[in-house]
Amino acid sequence: MKEERDYIQDLTEIRSMMERSTKFLSLSGLAGIMAGIYALVGVWVVYSVYNFNPHDIILLTTGSGGLFPYLPQVVIVALSVLVLAVGTAILLSWKKAKKRGEKAWNATSRQMIVNMAVPLAAGGVLIVILLSKGLVGLIAPFTLLFYGLALYSASKFTYKDVKFLGLIQIGLGLVSVWFIEYGLFLWAIGFGVAHIIYGIYMHFRYER
Amino acid sequence: MKVSIDDLHKAFESRVRLGIMAALAVNDTLDFTSLKEYLDVTDGNLATHLKKLEKEEFIGVEKSFIDNKPNTKYYMTEEGKAAFDEHLNVLEEIIRSQK
Repeated sequence: MKEERDYIQDLTEIRSMMERSTKFLSLSGLAGIMAGIYALVGVWVVYSVYNFNPHDIILLTTGSGGLFPYLPQVVIVALSVLVLAVGTAILLSWKKAKKRGEKAWNATSRQMIVNMAVPLAAGGVLIVILLSKGLVGLIAPFTLLFYGLALYSASKFTYKDVKFLGLIQIGLGLVSVWFIEYGLFLWAIGFGVAHIIYGIYMHFRYER
Repeated sequence: MKVSIDDLHKAFESRVRLGIMAALAVNDTLDFTSLKEYLDVTDGNLATHLKKLEKEEFIGVEKSFIDNKPNTKYYMTEEGKAAFDEHLNVLEEIIRSQK
């Protein structure tokens, strides 16, 4: 006959299986902090080194001679920030999953990635179109907006707190469409400061 | 209501089977590989337990092909859901009555 302890263990295991199979819990708070730092460094570089800060929706019209000379460099900085942030997130999630004795790449994380990928891909294509039309001022607001939407839809498969981070990014994105001249500043708040605060919060709440 | 150990369904005596039911209770469908990853068991072991649950008609199987590779998906039947819920209730009752 089974002991009471066994039944409690049964229930604990059922609960853990239900959570593990629906939520990706290997997201690392530290990765959020790192992503925020990369973003702030990126903003600092494009702002102070390349003096990049769009004041208008149409900052540059191709062929009119008003082309911003450092646009390729700014795009490279932005892509570097993206690659570094994603790379750090993957590496730290993989490590955390290993520590928990789980696989980072499982059915749940696949579902989470798919749910993030759809808004991100739509946003990515939109931004390439904006770049090709010279509508540089809209890029910061739209990256915030689509990243926020991606987080919001991914939050179903991970910590609920991700939903709030998504809503904050969506809000900041909408505000910065209105105040284009503060686009870079709001981008730094969203991708930099919000990530760092979120990362610290996650680290202390779930990794201690 | 007086509950006893006898009310626990035999099918859920195994931890693996309990795990399969728990995972399927919260996911519409899961394929063989995903279940294997969550439960950390061998192919043969998982297959045996899945067969047993299938025989009880607690889970259903959907076989299809992706690029000529067989892809087997499992889902919980209405009957399975009812039995699993009942099992959880009995577990709770037993624990409560022993306090």
